[in-house]
Amino acid sequence: MTTAVLDQHDTRIGFRSNLRHLGALTRRNLMRIKADPESMLDALLIPIIFTLLFVYVFGGAVAGSQQEYIQYMIPGLLGTTGLNLAMAVGTGLNSDFQTGVMDRFRTLPIGRSAVLLSKIAAETCRGLVSFTILIGFSMVLGLEIKTGPLELLAAVGLSLLFGMSMVWISMLLGMSLRSAQAVQGVSMLVIMPLQFGSSIFAPTTTMPGWLQAFTKYNPLSALADACRSLINGGPLAHSVTVVLIWSVAVTAVFAPLAVARFRKRT
Amino acid sequence: MTSIANSNAVEVRGIVKTYGETRALDGVDLTVREGTVLGLLGPNGAGKTTLVRVLSTLIKPDAGSAFVGGYDVLRQPKQLRRTIGLTGQYASVDELLSGYENLYLIGRLLDLSGRDAKARATELLERFSLTDAAKRPAKTYSGGMRRRLDLAASMIGRPKVLYLDEPTTGLDPRTRNEVWDEVQRMVTEGSTVLLTTQYMEEAEQLAHELTVIDKGRVIANGGIDELKTQVGGQTLQVRPTRPEDLPAMVACLRESGVLATYSEDTGLLSVQLTDAEQLTAVVGVLGTRGFGITGIDTKLPSLDEVFLAITGKPGRSASAPIRDKEPVA
Repeated sequence: MTTAVLDQHDTRIGFRSNLRHLGALTRRNLMRIKADPESMLDALLIPIIFTLLFVYVFGGAVAGSQQEYIQYMIPGLLGTTGLNLAMAVGTGLNSDFQTGVMDRFRTLPIGRSAVLLSKIAAETCRGLVSFTILIGFSMVLGLEIKTGPLELLAAVGLSLLFGMSMVWISMLLGMSLRSAQAVQGVSMLVIMPLQFGSSIFAPTTTMPGWLQAFTKYNPLSALADACRSLINGGPLAHSVTVVLIWSVAVTAVFAPLAVARFRKRT
Repeated sequence: MTSIANSNAVEVRGIVKTYGETRALDGVDLTVREGTVLGLLGPNGAGKTTLVRVLSTLIKPDAGSAFVGGYDVLRQPKQLRRTIGLTGQYASVDELLSGYENLYLIGRLLDLSGRDAKARATELLERFSLTDAAKRPAKTYSGGMRRRLDLAASMIGRPKVLYLDEPTTGLDPRTRNEVWDEVQRMVTEGSTVLLTTQYMEEAEQLAHELTVIDKGRVIANGGIDELKTQVGGQTLQVRPTRPEDLPAMVACLRESGVLATYSEDTGLLSVQLTDAEQLTAVVGVLGTRGFGITGIDTKLPSLDEVFLAITGKPGRSASAPIRDKEPVA
C-alpha cells in the first residue's frame, strides 16, 4: 500500500492551517534559541572570529595588505554562511526525533512538511543574524561594498539558495545518524574540506594540482567568486551559473532521498 | 468517510507488526468500550507500546485493521489524530520550552486561535497544579511535574480517546497517586482511556477491563474480577480463636478431604475453594470439632497472582521502591 493512495482518503490540511502550523512551529524553534542562547554563539561569534583571525593572521601574507584581504575573503565567508546554517537543520531534526517531540507532532493533525519547513525558517532567521554581523563587523574593519545594496542582497540570496540545497543533505544526516553530536561531527566533516579546499581564503594558484582540481569543482569556490563579483564588481555569469547548477543538482539528488527517509520515519 | 456506528471507541482486529524475525504484534484483537478504561497489561517487550504506536498512527501495521473513534488508522490518519491524545514513554514535551509554551504550541497546532490556545493552556496548567512553574523551562521540572505536563499536553484538544503508555513508570508513590486521580477525573468527564501498564495495582485502580498480552498475543481479557475467578477461584481465610489450634485444624480438614494451609505469621487458615458448597463444609467441620472461630473471609486472588498464572512470569509490583527522577538543572 503506498502513501499516495492513503493520502487520497485523507482530508487535506488547508493552506491557511498549514501556514498557522508553520508559524507556530517556527515560533517554537525561535523560542528554543531564546531559551538556549549559547546556541546562538556560533552564529554570532564565528563570523567575528573568522574575520579577525584570517584578516589579521593571514591577511598580510596572502593578499599583501589587510584591506585587500578583507575585500577578498569576506565575500567568500558570506557565501559559506548559508551552508553553515543549512547544516544545523539536521542536528535540530535529529534531536527532535531522539527526544520524542517528533512523535508528539506526528500524533497531531498537521502536515509533516510543516515540521521540516519550520526548521529551515528558524535557521534562516539565525543565518540572517550571522549575515548582518558578518557584514556589519567587516564594514567596521573596512569592507567596502563597491557595487550597491541590491548586489549585496543578491550575494546573501545566492548564499541562502545554495544553503537550501545543502539542507537536504543535512536532513539526511540528521535522520540517518544516531545522535545529534554525530550529526554535528559529520556536518563539520562536510563543511571543513569544502570551506578550506576552495578559493574562499586564498587564491588557488599556489595549491598543488590535485587540490586545484578539487577547488575548481568545489561549489564553494564558485560561490565565493560570485559573491566577490557581487560585492567588488566583476564578471558574474560563469560563477553564478556554476552555483545554480550545483544547487539544482544537489537538490535533485538529495531532496527525494531525504523526503523518502522522512516519510519512512514519520 | 467510513464511520463505524457502535459504542466501541477502539476496535483492533488481527493487528500484526513484525520487525525482521520478531513478531512484535502477532494478531492482536482488542476492544475498548466508549467511556471506559481498558488496562493493557503485559511484561516488558510484550508489544504494549507497539500497539499504542499503531493506534496513534506512528507506525503502520503489517496486517489487520484498527479503528479509533470510528476512524481507520490506515485510511483516515488525520481525522484519527484529532480524536486522540497520547501520553507515553516516547511522545514528549519540549524540554527547552516552558510548560506554558509547550501547551500553547500544541493548541496552535490543533488549530485553536491564539486566544483560545492561550486560555486552554492556562486552564490546563491550573488544573494540573503547574501554574507556578508555567514560565519555567520543562527541563527544570521534577519527574512528576513533567508527567503532569505530558498529560496536560495530551488533553489540549479534548480528545475522545486517550492513550496512556505506562503513565506512572518511574514515579514515586505520591506522584503516582496524583496521576491516577487525574486519569480518574478524565474518565468521569467522558474520556475513553487505553492504559498500558506493568503495575497490577495501577490496573486494579483504574481499569474497568483488562487485556493481558505477552509476546505480541492476547492471552487473556475480561473484567478484573472475571479474570481473577477464571484463574484461581476464591480463597477462604479462617481466623481461629486460639492460633495454636491451626495445625490441628489443618489435620482435621485433611481427614475430611479438604486441603488447607496455615500461616503462623498471619494466624490464618487458608483453603482454596473449588466450589461454593465447600465453604459451608469447611465451616461445618471446624464447628463440629469444637474449634473456635473469630472471623472468616473469602478473597479473590490478587492481580499479581492472576498475572503469574496467565503469563508464567511475575508482574511488577507497584510497591517496589521507585525513586522519583531528580530534576535536571
